Amino acid sequence: MCKIIDQICLVTSCGCKPTLQNCPENSPAQIIAFDELKTDYKNPIDQCNTLNPLVLPEYLIHAFFCVMFLCAAEWLTLGLNMPLLAYHIWRYMSRPVMSGPGLYDPTTIMNADILAYCQKEGWCKLAFYLLSFFYYLYGMIYVLVSS
Amino acid sequence: MSAPAGIPPRPAAAPGGARAPEAAARAPPCQNGPMQNPMQFPFGYGLHLENYSASSGRYPQVPQEAVPSQLNNQYVADYHSACYSIPVQSVITPSVGPSMLNTQQPQQLYSGAAHPVESAGGLTQGAISSASHLHTGVPQSYSALSSHCSSSTSSSVASQGFPLSSGHYAMPTVSSAVYPNLSYPSMSIGSPYGQVFTSQSLPAVGQFEETNAFPGPSSTVPRTLPHQVPLGYNSTSWSTSDFQSAQDNFNRNHTGSLAKASNQINTVGIVDSSHPVSQNVQFTKPGVETSVVSSAVTSSIRTPVSDHLTEAASVPSNKQPSEPLLQEAIDSSSTTSSASPVINNYDALEGGGYPETNTATSSPAPTPQTSRTPKPFGYGYPTLQPGYQNAAPPTSAMQPNNPGPHSGFQQYPQYPGVNQLSSTLGGLSLQHSQQPESLRPVNLTQDRNILPVSPVLAPVPNLNSDLKKLNCSPDSFRCTLTNIPQTQALLNKAKLPLGLLLHPFRDLTQLPVITSSTIVRCRSCRTYINPFVAFIDQRRWKCNLCYRVNDVPEEFMYNPLTRSYGEPHKRPEVQNSTVEFIASSDYMLRPPQPAVYLFVLDVSHNAVEAGYLTIVCQSLLENLDKLPGDSRTRIGFITFDSTVQFYNLQEGLSQPQMLIVSDIDDVFLPTPDSLLVNLHESKELIKDLLNALPNMFTNTRETHSALGPALQAAFKLMSPTGGRISVFQSQLPSLGSGFLHSREDPNQRSSTKVVQHLGPATDFYKKLALDCSGQQTAVDLFLLSSQYSDLASLACMSKYSAGCIYYYPSFHHSHNPAQAEKLQKDLKRYLTRKIGFEAVMRIRCTKGLSIHTFHGNLFVRSTDLLSLANVNPDAGFAVQMSIEESLTGTSLVCFQTALLYTSSKGERRIRVHTLCLPVVTSLADVYAGADVQAVVCLLANMAVDRSVSSSLSDARDALVNAVVDSLSAYISTASNLQQSTLIAPNSLRLFPLYVLALLKQKAFRTGTSTRLDDRIYAMCQIKSQPLVQLMKMIHPNLYRIDRLTSEGTIHVNDRVVPQPPLQKLSAEKLTREGAFLMDCGSIFYIWIGKSCDNSFIKDVLGYTNYASVPQKLTQLPELDTLSSERARSFISWLRDSRPLSTVLQVIKDESPAKTDFFQHLVEDRTEAAFSYYEFLLHIQQQICK
Repeated sequence: MCKIIDQICLVTSCGCKPTLQNCPENSPAQIIAFDELKTDYKNPIDQCNTLNPLVLPEYLIHAFFCVMFLCAAEWLTLGLNMPLLAYHIWRYMSRPVMSGPGLYDPTTIMNADILAYCQKEGWCKLAFYLLSFFYYLYGMIYVLVSS
Repeated sequence: MSAPAGIPPRPAAAPGGARAPEAAARAPPCQNGPMQNPMQFPFGYGLHLENYSASSGRYPQVPQEAVPSQLNNQYVADYHSACYSIPVQSVITPSVGPSMLNTQQPQQLYSGAAHPVESAGGLTQGAISSASHLHTGVPQSYSALSSHCSSSTSSSVASQGFPLSSGHYAMPTVSSAVYPNLSYPSMSIGSPYGQVFTSQSLPAVGQFEETNAFPGPSSTVPRTLPHQVPLGYNSTSWSTSDFQSAQDNFNRNHTGSLAKASNQINTVGIVDSSHPVSQNVQFTKPGVETSVVSSAVTSSIRTPVSDHLTEAASVPSNKQPSEPLLQEAIDSSSTTSSASPVINNYDALEGGGYPETNTATSSPAPTPQTSRTPKPFGYGYPTLQPGYQNAAPPTSAMQPNNPGPHSGFQQYPQYPGVNQLSSTLGGLSLQHSQQPESLRPVNLTQDRNILPVSPVLAPVPNLNSDLKKLNCSPDSFRCTLTNIPQTQALLNKAKLPLGLLLHPFRDLTQLPVITSSTIVRCRSCRTYINPFVAFIDQRRWKCNLCYRVNDVPEEFMYNPLTRSYGEPHKRPEVQNSTVEFIASSDYMLRPPQPAVYLFVLDVSHNAVEAGYLTIVCQSLLENLDKLPGDSRTRIGFITFDSTVQFYNLQEGLSQPQMLIVSDIDDVFLPTPDSLLVNLHESKELIKDLLNALPNMFTNTRETHSALGPALQAAFKLMSPTGGRISVFQSQLPSLGSGFLHSREDPNQRSSTKVVQHLGPATDFYKKLALDCSGQQTAVDLFLLSSQYSDLASLACMSKYSAGCIYYYPSFHHSHNPAQAEKLQKDLKRYLTRKIGFEAVMRIRCTKGLSIHTFHGNLFVRSTDLLSLANVNPDAGFAVQMSIEESLTGTSLVCFQTALLYTSSKGERRIRVHTLCLPVVTSLADVYAGADVQAVVCLLANMAVDRSVSSSLSDARDALVNAVVDSLSAYISTASNLQQSTLIAPNSLRLFPLYVLALLKQKAFRTGTSTRLDDRIYAMCQIKSQPLVQLMKMIHPNLYRIDRLTSEGTIHVNDRVVPQPPLQKLSAEKLTREGAFLMDCGSIFYIWIGKSCDNSFIKDVLGYTNYASVPQKLTQLPELDTLSSERARSFISWLRDSRPLSTVLQVIKDESPAKTDFFQHLVEDRTEAAFSYYEFLLHIQQQICK
């Protein structure tokens, strides 16, 4: 399982212009994982054990980017990311009782509603990260060209 | 019938040729009757015979032949090829040569075509007559197939038939595309076909068979016998009417396939042979037009041929092959061929449908009309056709033709018309049918006595009588909707939950156990063969869940019950919807584990004070020999307070050794080998220990409880084998990992607002349970505490390891004798009941349905697989289902649970239950089939989940909304009813009452002081109890017992059991002059009114007057009076009807315990809750909003 964190961290020449990155791509991993669960390939315990350690890093990296955008005074980008940040915080607050880090509880993950929710969440986040990646790329090139 | 008991394991894949002889060698003693050829007997049947003969009850465990490597379906390839060659030799060559075939073909076609014109009346009658015919005609196996055939006969009308048919071939293509895999093979079959003719003069049958299993060399002689019967049957039916005859024909075809091998021989070879040719012609057509059609073709090939064969066979058997008959036969066959692609295609799509003619002959046969067979269904609301009316365009268009011979080809071009017609018919049918009882509207607010006088029974699915007889008992398998809505949209409209209530491991008095080296299962979805599969012919069956056509293995052809060959539909697997297989080693991941029991006992001060140890040790001593197990059974003990104590019981020691581990942070096993010992070898030591234990800790001052470490140690001890851990805990665990804090605020007990802490405080116990579950270990919890012990957290150890939970609030051996007695009785049951180890349960359902959520003590390992470390007979499960794709095209759906477990004797067994239910398209029918008890139980399960994940008030609202929504949906469908009154269908008339009862249950009630642990325990029970038990808990039965009469008594085992009527759960029914018995499932209350008749007190209770009756009375004395005898026989009858122990409590009107009794009177008003009438008004208000 791959956690592709391809970050393009570029700081433009003129001082603190925007940081252009792509956020962590945990969601494809999640999507694949939930699909595996659905199609019976993997035991939910194992699956949760692989997924749970990935959750917090994803959230932290995303939060870190938000902080960077804040520093760069990229209000629009920050505004786009705030809802997701809030969602992450809410999601982690309302996680089931667990001693370790993570979100997914092997005893409830096979519940059709929760599985469907997790899968949907994964797709949405994948789309969001992908779009924002191109947006950041565009922003970076724009800055490079215009400077 | 005595075959060698231990057949040596067969080599993995015996070469095909070698098999048959081997089989013969193996089973010679079995051969009886007509069987002349040794080959017929499949392997291992000699054994089974014995088994079967014992047909009921438990079976003596016949040492199962290991046949370790016999990989299920391997036989297909090699086997058939091997066998195939043989038949060619053995069959008598037909009289017709290949050359003749060709010539014959056209004749046949034409004659066939011409014939219908005469016989079948006007075409115009068309669909209508045919449709009506469906309902009226030939009650029994009116399967789609048969009808199809008949229609085709008629439809062959004139020569136009062919061109038209080609036109209609185009249609099937659409549907056939669904089964792409079929398409190619069909072609290939077609080609070998030709070869057959040339190479062997023998009818093509052989060739066809090749796909199936050719019955084998022996078939000829013996088979004839059984088959003649069907033939005779057919002939009679022929005479009856045109339709029927046609239909029968078709029946025959399919049956015929059974018969063919033998029958074909001498009969009208011409017919058969010619027929295939005609088919060939057809093939080309579709092939040219659309390649996809081919899928249809595959099947089409078979049917006609078999058809012919049977036909042929029938002729000779009739002795007088009368002209018309022959004609008909010919014509039917030929026409069939023309129409057949459609039929088969359809069939291929839907699965089943073949009326397995075999069944036609034998009435009690499995009637495999799994799929859309337009049978006359139950209550006479013919909506049952739904499959038909709503079938996908191509198929539905075909449908109308099926029924009557009159609907000709002409219909094909006019699809829309036909569709309309059929749909209108569908609409009509509902209105015309008299309304079933379950749909009768009941005005809830005006009907005060809605509670029936006798306990509510499960509704019977609206199936035809054959299927009804075969269907699974509602005690083990129940569905909330006995009429499954066709689409999710319809289900959403009905606002009722769809789900199953399972009690899979129930104690059964009669259970067919099958020992067979191959367990017949569908090759794609792995469904076990069951009564609802369709036998397409003798050699193939169609799975009723995924519609795949499978081969019937050779050994399945032999029926050990009747000792006959060639009747796979009469095998016990196909005659019983609940069967148990003894599984081969394919079903084992490791050798079957021994029964291993570990007892983890709390010996802290609290526990010793409560005095449970004496009871536990005493019960164990009494039941030590009755513990389920074999010679390998092992047992161990761990005690804990602030340290963990192990007991070395190794054989040879003079007395048990106690080993104390005080390092609870990193607990280890002092002597891993000798802690779990063989029960039989160390029995004396175990007895010594059990005798000594209660007194060993009498003076302990240790108040702490290190439950977590003790459990970790237990897990370590059990993990190599798996088994059962029984934990006895008496207080909040306070030391080591897994310690808990008190979370309950006593002031919040009667809060009407938020109830907190319904979920676990830590995931320690859950993780432990998952670890245990992975090692096939279940943890059962006995919580005997007098104060809050955080059951919400502790229960997790049992919930996810498939254990069970017992809770004894304020347990004390002397202060609370009722609880002590209950513990004693529960333990007796617990220790001696059946147990299954390392179990998994899989629930399969017809394509289109999917499983949404599971409820119960279990761990869900994949979408349809449950891992149950242990399974016990008292565990119930609930499953929520959803309809993923529309069930268009099936009129029946099936659910199958397969529970694979290791018995305490070390046998791997599979218990299979199959439930079959009809599909309906109208909302009214969905309501008509609602099973209110199942609905309420499923809702209760869902509400528990909701209250844990969201909040209790949410759950309560959801329960009320469930009633409001479903009733308002019902009212809106029944437009003729007044909107202002609260109307419910008769099937749901108890729904509001049950939901109100649920709201007043300990689990969900608010406003009444309820201890958190009590509430959680009620929730655990809701989740894990089987339906019958749960219903008693939700809505107890109340009887008046001071005036038991002989009216309506029943006789059970020479005892006369009076049957008093059920009373409403309302104080208005209680009179001071009476005595009442309330049956709450696990406890009986007898309430005695203040001015109760003295004769009752004297005769039944044995006291002189009311005042002298003691406060705590838990038994009825055995008095020699009529009323005492009646009361006792009634109570013991109630007791016998359930496996769980029940405690009796006599409550006087002024005793403090009377609140226990009065809290169950759910129809009454309490400070915090509605009375029943108020609740109805509330619902009505909500509906009107």
